[in-house]
Amino acid sequence: MMQTRAKSFVLYAGLLVGIILSMFPFYWLIVMATRTTSDIYRFPPQLWFGSHFLDNITRVLQQINFAGAFFNTLFVASSVTLLVLFFDSLAGFAFAKFDFPGKKVLFIVLLATMMVPSQLSLVPSFVMMASFGWVGTFKALIIPGMVNAFGIFWIRQYAEESIPKELLDAGRMDGCSFFRLYLNVALPILRPAFAFLGAFTFIGAWNDYLWPLIVLTDERKFTLQIALSQLNGIYNTDYAMVIAGTLLAVLPLIILFLFISRQFISDLAAGAVKD
Amino acid sequence: MLREIWKHRVVYAAISPFYLLFGIFGLFPIGFSLYLAFHKWDGIGDMTYNGWGNFRYLVTDNEFWQAVGNTFVIWVYATIPMLFFALIIAFLLYAPFVKMRTLWRVGFFLPNVTSIVAVAIIFGALFANNFGFLNYLLQLLGLPMVQWLNVPWGIQIAISSMVVWRWMGYNAIIYLAGLQSIPHVLYEAAKIDGATGAQAFFRITIPMLRPVILFTVITSTIGGMQLFTEPQVLVGNDGGSGASGMTIVLYLYRESFINNYFGYGAAVGWGMFLIIALFSIINWKLVQGKK
Repeated sequence: MMQTRAKSFVLYAGLLVGIILSMFPFYWLIVMATRTTSDIYRFPPQLWFGSHFLDNITRVLQQINFAGAFFNTLFVASSVTLLVLFFDSLAGFAFAKFDFPGKKVLFIVLLATMMVPSQLSLVPSFVMMASFGWVGTFKALIIPGMVNAFGIFWIRQYAEESIPKELLDAGRMDGCSFFRLYLNVALPILRPAFAFLGAFTFIGAWNDYLWPLIVLTDERKFTLQIALSQLNGIYNTDYAMVIAGTLLAVLPLIILFLFISRQFISDLAAGAVKD
Repeated sequence: MLREIWKHRVVYAAISPFYLLFGIFGLFPIGFSLYLAFHKWDGIGDMTYNGWGNFRYLVTDNEFWQAVGNTFVIWVYATIPMLFFALIIAFLLYAPFVKMRTLWRVGFFLPNVTSIVAVAIIFGALFANNFGFLNYLLQLLGLPMVQWLNVPWGIQIAISSMVVWRWMGYNAIIYLAGLQSIPHVLYEAAKIDGATGAQAFFRITIPMLRPVILFTVITSTIGGMQLFTEPQVLVGNDGGSGASGMTIVLYLYRESFINNYFGYGAAVGWGMFLIIALFSIINWKLVQGKK
């Protein structure tokens, strides 16, 4: 009994230290967002919340087109997510439940594409975008990202286990086309798999930095991450404002994540261990 | 055969968007980047054929090799503590009497959802030279303050700690899933055979966990070699003091898009590709072969 208690004490102490380290930067971010810049530069640092949050936020909204950047990001991330869900599920369903010549080879090719690092083709991709006239437009962000190998792989795994063959056969007897089978049989069953793939894609698109930094030239088209990095470079002296902007930019994603976290984390873990 | 293919035309149509898109935005640029790597081009004027010139320059380019070295150092500083702490957290969370497991997991995972740009800005404040929180802690402990962002090793530690902070929880969740997938009967059998806890750990847990550890080592390697946003936002396009934050991808970015050496940038990309491939294979062998 005594031993278990000592054990559980060590265990909780360890977890507590870990969670404090994990959470402290968030706390620090919020504290600084509520302080003035001169407070932030003061030493020793102020460890408790101040009362300047609204001033700082107001300056963020005045200095940069924060609302614009927010909606740009929302638009790009949502478009990418919807397109990925559609194209990946269509292909994943086809790979899981249909036999066709060359299926094996095509799937191996698909898996192999995941090994190619994207930075390798950074320069040519930019040159291509320039020649298409897509530089500075959302097309450059959305179209190359609208279908991906990981999602197809993920949906295929899920579809293989969860869509009963009998249901598809019954649908075929009734004369359903491929697309009807996808729409009426596969889609409702695949819904839980959509939640993870959708969240995963959305978070990735929301946080994307290198590619938007290269192709977005017009300030009105900047996504949040680009606007934020500009803010950090130009307005370094108004540190409280930069930090408040940072807080505003991470908050929506954190709230979204907290809503879906439970399912998201277990799906992620299951996917990684299954491989 | 052709009739078979025609019969399945709708299914091919369903999978075709991926191959089409990969052909245009994946395969073609790779071919193009090989072509570019043998040319000199600033993006505006004419391309001129340069033979192996770019690659010959690459192997003697001190800045490139410094970037490779920096990337490795940052990778080592980040990966070893990250995976070690992740394993410990996973073990703690795996204990049968731990309560509110979901809450802990969410707490540890949250940094991973945060954008790297935001992380770099927050860590910039934590590591700030004169007013940062870390220096406050050092002072509390009676230690001398460090000009973190003015000394090369300070910059490298700041970048590594961002990686550790962002990915520790992620890896812990993966390890936890691995631990949970080990069948309980193995431990029961070991207990009946009189094995101690340590024996069970080294003979059952670690071997059963090997594929998962391999997965995390490979993904951390690939991720570590592609580090860009952390140094770029923290210390800028030149890599900060002594260019110690200049990573391979940051160098690729600067040569290509700041200096407009498109041809050379493509060659740097191929150099990076070779290094990642080589490094992944070495890692694979090391972790796999430790039987």
